[in-house]
Amino acid sequence: MYVSQFGVLAAVLFAIGVYGILVRRNGILVLMSVELILNSVNINLVAFGALRDTIAGEVFALFVITVAAAEVGVGLAIVLLIYRNRRSVDLSEVDLMKG
Amino acid sequence: MFAAEATEGIFQASGWFLENAWLVPAFPALSFLVILFFGKRFPKGGSEVGIAAVAMSFVFAVATGIQWISQVNSAGDDAAVDAVSSTWTWWVNGGIEFNIGTLVDGLAVVLIFVVTTVSLLVHVYSTDYVAGDSRYTHFFAFLSLFTAAMLFFVLSENTLQMIVGWELVGVCSFVLIGHWWEEKPNSDAALKAFLTNRVGDIGLLIGVAVLFFAADQTFSVLEINKMAISGEISHLALLVGACALTAAVISKSGQFFLHTWLPDAMAGPTPVSALIHAATMVVAGVYLIARLYGVFFEGFSIAGSSVNLLAIIGGLTTLVGASLAFVQRDIKKVLAYSTISQLGYMVLALGVGAWTAAIFHLFTHAFFKACLFLGSGSVSHAVHSFDMKSDMGGLRRWMPHTYKTFVIASVALAGIPPLAGFWSKDEILAGTGGWGLAGGTGGNGAYLVILIMGLATAALTAAYMTRCVYLTFFGEFRGHGTPHESGPRIIVPLWILAVLAIVAGWINLPKGFQLVPEGWTERFGHYVEPTADYFPSIAHAKPSWTLAVVSTLVALGGIAVAARYYFGRVRAESPMATEVGRGWTKRSRLASAGHTLLAKKYYLDHLYTGVIAGGVKGPIAKAAYKFNQEGIDKVVNAAGEKSVQAGHVVYDIIDQKVVDGIVNSSGVAPHLAGEEMRKMQTGKVQSYAGIVFVAAALLAIVFILVL
Repeated sequence: MYVSQFGVLAAVLFAIGVYGILVRRNGILVLMSVELILNSVNINLVAFGALRDTIAGEVFALFVITVAAAEVGVGLAIVLLIYRNRRSVDLSEVDLMKG
Repeated sequence: MFAAEATEGIFQASGWFLENAWLVPAFPALSFLVILFFGKRFPKGGSEVGIAAVAMSFVFAVATGIQWISQVNSAGDDAAVDAVSSTWTWWVNGGIEFNIGTLVDGLAVVLIFVVTTVSLLVHVYSTDYVAGDSRYTHFFAFLSLFTAAMLFFVLSENTLQMIVGWELVGVCSFVLIGHWWEEKPNSDAALKAFLTNRVGDIGLLIGVAVLFFAADQTFSVLEINKMAISGEISHLALLVGACALTAAVISKSGQFFLHTWLPDAMAGPTPVSALIHAATMVVAGVYLIARLYGVFFEGFSIAGSSVNLLAIIGGLTTLVGASLAFVQRDIKKVLAYSTISQLGYMVLALGVGAWTAAIFHLFTHAFFKACLFLGSGSVSHAVHSFDMKSDMGGLRRWMPHTYKTFVIASVALAGIPPLAGFWSKDEILAGTGGWGLAGGTGGNGAYLVILIMGLATAALTAAYMTRCVYLTFFGEFRGHGTPHESGPRIIVPLWILAVLAIVAGWINLPKGFQLVPEGWTERFGHYVEPTADYFPSIAHAKPSWTLAVVSTLVALGGIAVAARYYFGRVRAESPMATEVGRGWTKRSRLASAGHTLLAKKYYLDHLYTGVIAGGVKGPIAKAAYKFNQEGIDKVVNAAGEKSVQAGHVVYDIIDQKVVDGIVNSSGVAPHLAGEEMRKMQTGKVQSYAGIVFVAAALLAIVFILVL
């Protein structure tokens, strides 16, 4: 088993996530892309943890999943409120903080 | 000889009371705290605590006295009896021990006896006199504190401890004079007493410091005295120290030119005047001289002089006080000036070397003057006033006890034999050694001038007391309502003091008169005058029949003149025409000027408040103002103008151009930068995310390349 296979998988997931965040206009899809990035990181953590024969990687991954759950809860709530106010979740329209 | 022999067996073995004399002030000190914190919970408002504590002190003081007498007896006739000193270390600094302790010898025994006796009687008297007062408890608390402080002072083992006691009695005096502080004159009088005393306190501090360094860094009274007498301290240091301490005496004991606080101090309640401003606190200065007599005796070269600072101050004070007592309307002020005059006598006596006579006079004076003050309080209790001219007169009909005790004390003060004042005053006069008739301490010079001053005062004293008695107790009653005799708590102390005023003089009968067996004469001097090496060897004046007769005649003459004037002529006129010299002052311009001078108290108050204090706002102030306007103001104005001009220059060039330029330009740069960077703030989440990713990517590249 090669670590590089997991590394490649994680890199692909990361790239897809970045693409999703930068390109998609739908807020929910942006949030999902964030999850993809987080998961790519989790794969890296677990893979390198296994390589070094330590459980620190798995433990860290568990924390990341927990925090990601909280983050997605807050994120979906914000998206829901935006939708209620504007009847849309198009992020290009949400630019009240324009300087 | 007194109770000494009867109790000798009990006390001879031990000097327990002499060594534990600290208990004497401890009782009233404790009672002060108890009354202050719990006084109002007692059924009698704390007064019973004070009386009990002072009674205990009195018992201990008497026991101490008896032990001292037996100690002197057991030492034999010519042997030196050392003072009993017990000390504890208070603190140590730089190898010097600062002690606290008690020093008991004949002098201290006399003082604690006088203080506790008068204090006890005053406590009893006060329960009636200040009954119903809103600060009754407070009053007794401070009477206790005063008693404790005074006892602490007279038992002081070192000069540092004396300063503490000295200031404590000063504070108590301030508090008690201002007892009725709601009225402005009372609080003014309290302040005046306190501030005038501060002037002398500086002298005390300097004197103690000088003696400390001169006496090889010790505060011990015994050490300082021994070194002063043996010549280990230079004469100059002694002179400086003695002069500084004299300043303290002048303010505390109401000596001439700083005596003005004492008459004003009569604003306090009468028991306070009797205790503090007649019998005890004001003699603190006299006690200070007596305690450090080695310093004064050597410093002023008392032996072999015919004049010195102490004698002159005492002589002037005694004359000034006696003459001012003539023109007072207020009965307490007459007594206050009389006290000043008698304190002058004591200082005069110490100044001429008549140490025993001075302390003896302190002893007798305490009793008859306290009696007079308490008597005046009893009178004012009846007529609700202190004004002899408008509210008194003829009181002997209503107040027989007060009248009798007042007259007894007055006669004692006037110095008529065989009452107490005669013996002590005569001893002082003999001590001056004037006219060579007594072989006094003055050496060849002899203090003749001082003797004349003393005799003149004797005549004046007798005369003004006659005036005072006449105005108060004879003639028609001029007040309102019906006066009444005071209650037993006032009458009994009066009678006790009156009896003491009669008999107190008999304990120091002169030796040569052969009135009584030899063993009964000069007992006071025998037990009180120190014989050990901390006391200078002073020559004793021989009593003289001539002087005794002369001084008695002088006093009787004073009474006769005053009596003839008041009881004879004035009574025929209207009862209000009682002004001294009303007849003369109309007829003679000189007499009139003299009367004005006295009525204005020798212009001393005018001097202090008008010239010295007023000088700051008077001519000196005007000169200072002129200097201010023309000298300082010009400089200030010119400086102001120049600085305004300079300010304009600074404003125009530096502020407007340089500083503002920098500030403005520093504003411009961020403004421009902000304009540019504002464009990055699109408000779009994804553009921010893009920046974040680009930045992260850049950091990653840097990370890989560099590391």
